[in-house]
Amino acid sequence: MRRFLLIAIPYAWLLALFLVPFVIVLKISLSDTALAIPPYTPTLDFAGGWAGLKSFFADLDLENFVWLTQDDLYWKAYLSSLTIALISTVLTLMVGYPIAYGMARAPEEWRATLMMLIILPFWTSFLIRVYSWIGILSQEGFLNQFLLWTGLISEPLIILNTKIAVYIGIVYTYLPFMILPIYAALDRLDESLIEAAEDLGCSRLSAFWLVTVPLSKNGIVAGCFLVFIPALGEFVIPSLLGGSGTLMIGKVLWEEFFSNRDWPVASAVAIVLLLILVVPIMLFQRNQQKQAEAEQ
Amino acid sequence: MHATTFAPWEDPEAKPLIRFQNVTKRFGTFTAIDNLSLDIYEREFFALLGPSGCGKTTMMRMLGGFENPTEGRIELSGQDISGVPPNKRAVNMMFQSYALFPHLSVWDNIAFGLRRDRMPKIDLENRVAEMLKLTRLEKFAKRKPHQISGGQRQRVALARSLAKAPKLLLLDEPLGALDKKLRQDTQFELMDIQEKTGTTFVIVTHDQEEAMTVASRVAVMDEGRLMQVATPDRIYETPDSVYVADFIGDVNIIEGTATPDGQDTYRIDWAEGQEPIRATSAHPFATGDRCYLAIRPEKVTISADRPEAAINAVKGKVLDIAYLGNISTYHVELPSGTVIKAQTANTRRISRRSFTWEDSVWLSWTVTGGVLLAE
Repeated sequence: MRRFLLIAIPYAWLLALFLVPFVIVLKISLSDTALAIPPYTPTLDFAGGWAGLKSFFADLDLENFVWLTQDDLYWKAYLSSLTIALISTVLTLMVGYPIAYGMARAPEEWRATLMMLIILPFWTSFLIRVYSWIGILSQEGFLNQFLLWTGLISEPLIILNTKIAVYIGIVYTYLPFMILPIYAALDRLDESLIEAAEDLGCSRLSAFWLVTVPLSKNGIVAGCFLVFIPALGEFVIPSLLGGSGTLMIGKVLWEEFFSNRDWPVASAVAIVLLLILVVPIMLFQRNQQKQAEAEQ
Repeated sequence: MHATTFAPWEDPEAKPLIRFQNVTKRFGTFTAIDNLSLDIYEREFFALLGPSGCGKTTMMRMLGGFENPTEGRIELSGQDISGVPPNKRAVNMMFQSYALFPHLSVWDNIAFGLRRDRMPKIDLENRVAEMLKLTRLEKFAKRKPHQISGGQRQRVALARSLAKAPKLLLLDEPLGALDKKLRQDTQFELMDIQEKTGTTFVIVTHDQEEAMTVASRVAVMDEGRLMQVATPDRIYETPDSVYVADFIGDVNIIEGTATPDGQDTYRIDWAEGQEPIRATSAHPFATGDRCYLAIRPEKVTISADRPEAAINAVKGKVLDIAYLGNISTYHVELPSGTVIKAQTANTRRISRRSFTWEDSVWLSWTVTGGVLLAE
């Protein structure tokens, strides 16, 4: 009985907070849009009895999914989101790895402070932090003012409302998710392994490639997934920093939902996004599992 | 000494493989190595022995290239090696933690150093096979380090550091992580491998028994200085300071004042109301000099009556008996309160032991049984 309860709690949690909402979204994605409240038909009405239930299921169709393939806006948005997520993941790795490496090599008494500096921005609202980038990146922003003052440029750079601003925003926001798992992997790395590699004929650089990188692989993989997965569906950063030129699926979804009030198509977009994300999420899970096994 | 005995340190013509010349190493204000000079010869099995913090690991890390001396020079085959990075030295090291690469198999661990030298594939495979055979690891070549036992890991570390056929192999507490029985077996294996390969070994250890077993010469260190460098038997039999005598094995130290009494013989007055002790010493003492007689427990004979011929004999009471199976150590308290340890082999069954607690006994030793030390 106690075992049953123990298992029942997480299952009830998943059922209430994941499966039920998912089924609702799935149902809406199979419905038709309507000028009503809620803005779609059919709605489930138990008063109709068996016949009502039958006609309810008869009214569901895959029309919205077919529509996603017909308008090239959608696959372009998916593709563009994938590219942006991929490039920002690589950029975050390139920025995050040296930081994590520096932290792991820093003197013991510094590490807590450095860790604090990584976590500190989280104590401010995410929205405020993204907004403040507008102040930095806009044509009259701090960055341009500074560059003009130093004389490096004579014309202000146009960064805001371009993809570059989106990359900056994503790298900035998700950097801690990259740094922390890599730091954890590097922190565990035994210094004598590097010395052993050098002793056996490695230069500093080749010891890094042959020992440090392979041994922090799990951290790198975990960090990349932790950045890639949320970046793929990112909505706030592209809409605030990317302007109208940046196509991302999160933004498309938002517009379908709130501007077009086409809940069924928006739901279909969400379902497809979820299907795309299932693959990296499963890979991520497998990586975590492998890491847990390796530690035993 | 016999002509074929391996003792290059006694040959003034012999060129040392390693030469420390007035080497000092400081970390900030802490002096780890204090103006130290030392020669180590080819094919030697040299042990650096001392308590933790005595500087033995720093010596080894300087040989490996992980630290550079603050002052002085270190020569390898006559060439100054200070400033040469670890990857450019014909020196390999076996780390205390073994430092095996966890992501590589046993085979790849051993091949790691050879690959860095871009050794041709055939030669590389032969060399790795040879090393696997030497360390009896053929069966485990494909395993990862976490899939083998501690003793096997130790052998992988040894094979990996020997694979490049270094001029000098450094071993940092190589047997520290093994249990006692395995450690003893491995000591002989190490000696065997050292002989087979003809490599010069320098071993760092805090275990005096280990140093005595494996080494051709032992350097006893304390606070960054060499206390004594000699063969194990000389270190044990003729220590040149109380520190060395006390650090190596068990010892009784009797403090007193020396008075010359014939050729190389001294009378030592050591306690009120006690007969003076007589001992020989090559080191000269003047009348009234403070001296310390170091005498090993196994050189002290315990008996019920005063032996007739004994020159040095004291009477006491058995305070404690440490029974170690093969031997017993008797702690005997003299009337002055001094406790002297005497060791005897247990040639008879324990039930027939001659002495027990509170028994009155005589301890005796010969004139040459102890070593007379000035400090």
